[in-house]
Amino acid sequence: MTAPVIEGLLRELTPQVLGALVRRHGQFEGCEDAVQEAVLAAAVQWPAEGVPDNPRGWLSTVASRRLIDQMRSDHARRERESVTAAVEVLPQDVPDTDDTLVLLFLCCHPTLTAASQVALTLRAVGGLTTAEIARAFLVPEATMAARISRAKQRIKAAGSSFGLPDGAELQERLLVVLHVLYLIFNEGYTASSGSELHRADLAKEAIRLTRMVHAQLPGDGEVTGLLALMLLTHARREARTTPAGDLVPLDEQDRTKWDRGLVDEGVELIKAALAGPALGPYQLQAAIAATHADAATAAETDWPQVHALYLILERIAPNPMVTLNRAIALAEIEGPEAGLALLSTLDGDERLAGHHRLLSVRAHLLEKTGDRAGAYEHYRRAAKATASMAEQRYLESRASRVRA
Amino acid sequence: MKFLISMHINPAVLDALTDQEKAAIGDGHGRFIEALKQSGELITTLALVDPSQAAVVSVRKGQPVVTDGPFLEAKEYLGGFYLIDCESKERAIELAAQIPDTAIEGLGVEVRQVMFADGQLEA
Repeated sequence: MTAPVIEGLLRELTPQVLGALVRRHGQFEGCEDAVQEAVLAAAVQWPAEGVPDNPRGWLSTVASRRLIDQMRSDHARRERESVTAAVEVLPQDVPDTDDTLVLLFLCCHPTLTAASQVALTLRAVGGLTTAEIARAFLVPEATMAARISRAKQRIKAAGSSFGLPDGAELQERLLVVLHVLYLIFNEGYTASSGSELHRADLAKEAIRLTRMVHAQLPGDGEVTGLLALMLLTHARREARTTPAGDLVPLDEQDRTKWDRGLVDEGVELIKAALAGPALGPYQLQAAIAATHADAATAAETDWPQVHALYLILERIAPNPMVTLNRAIALAEIEGPEAGLALLSTLDGDERLAGHHRLLSVRAHLLEKTGDRAGAYEHYRRAAKATASMAEQRYLESRASRVRA
Repeated sequence: MKFLISMHINPAVLDALTDQEKAAIGDGHGRFIEALKQSGELITTLALVDPSQAAVVSVRKGQPVVTDGPFLEAKEYLGGFYLIDCESKERAIELAAQIPDTAIEGLGVEVRQVMFADGQLEA
C-alpha cells in the first residue's frame, strides 16, 4: 500500500476505532488522545513494515494499550492500588459506522466555539493529526493542541453522554454539525492566505465527512443539500482562479473546466432532495448552484429561477447576504437600477455596514448603469475592506478597468 | 481569523508610572498570555526594544543608508504585539480589552485583521 492509501485508510478507521473505545471505556478525552497516538504510530510503522492483516484490530489494540497505560499512570499519580482489573480489551471487528455520527455530534458540541468544533472534528472524526490541522489553519501546532485540549475539557465538563440526541434536539444539533462541515469546506474553498494546497485538502475532507453523514442519514434533505452544494461548488475549482491565482468571477469562468462528474452527482442529489418534504437553506443554495451548472454559458443562465430561489431562501432564512445575492439576480432580470434599489434597503443593516460584498455588488451594478465614477469609488472602497488578497487584486483590477 | 493586536506605547507615559503600576502591567500581560495559550488563541507575542535603539534602513542608488532612531518622530511607538487566531473581530476586541495598556491614558491598543500570513506559522 502506498502512503496516501494508508493515510486514507487511517482517516477512515479513526472514528470507528475511537467510537468503539469510547463505548467501552467512556472518557472521550482520554480515548481520543490514545487513538491519536495509535494513528501516529501506524503512520510511521505501516509504510515501513506493511499494513497488518486486521488494521482496525491493530489500531484498537494499540489505542487500548495506550489508554490503559494512561489510566494506570493517572491512578499511580493519585496513589491508588491495583488498577488492572477489567480494562484489558480484545480487538473486535464489529462495524460501528453509527459511532462516526455519534462522534461528530460530540465534536460539534454546542458549548464549543466554531473554531474548536472544526479542529476537534478534523482530529477525532477526520483522523487528521494536530500538526496537519495546524498547518491547514496556519497556526502553530501548540496553538492547535491547546485548542483541541480545551475543547475536550469543555465536553467533559458539559457531561455529555455517548449517544445520539433524540427528537427535536437531534435536528437542532444536526444543524450545528452541518454548519461545522460547511465551515471546513469554506475554509478550503476560500484560499485566502498562505499555502492554498493544504486548504484544497480541507474542502475534500469536508466532502468526505459530509458523504459519511449522508450515508447514515440518506433521508435528510439538508444533509443531501449540503453535500450537493459542496460538490457543485467544488466542481468549479479549476475555473475560478487563473494559473496566477487571480479570481475569475462566475460569469467569466470557462465552464468546460467545471468537473462534470461532480456537477452531475450534485445535480442528481439536489433533484432527489427537492422532491422531499422539507426545504432548507442548504437545499436552496444547492438548487441555485445547480441552476448555474445547467447553463452552458453565463448568458444562458435562468435568472428568473435563480431569483425565485433566492426569494424563497430569503423567506425561510432571512439574511442580508441572501438579499445581496438576490439583488444581483434581480438586476439581471429587471436591470441594474432594480438591483440598486433592492441594495438600498440594506443600507441601514449594521451586519453589512462597510462590508466589502455590499460595496463590490453596488460597484458592479453602478458599472452596469454606466456610472463609472461611482463604480470606481465603490470598487476601491471594497478593495480596502476585504481581508482576502486575491479578492483585493480582483477588485483593484475592476477599479482600473472602469477608470480606463 | 487572525488579528494583530498592536500596542502603541508612549515612553514618557510609561516613565511617569510608579514601580507598582509598571509591575501591575507586567503581571497583567503575564496573565493575558497564559489565558491565550490555554484557550488556543495565541500564535505569538513580541515586545520590542526602546524606539531609540531602532535603525532605519533605506537603499539609495543601490547603496544602503542606515540612520539611527525611529522612522517616525512621534510620541507613540510600536512597543510590541500579540498575533492571535480567534473566532471573530468581536472576540479579538474582547481580548484586546483585557490588555492592561487599555486602562492607561496615552497608551494605544489597536486591532487589525491579518490579510496574509506565511513562514513559521506553518511549522
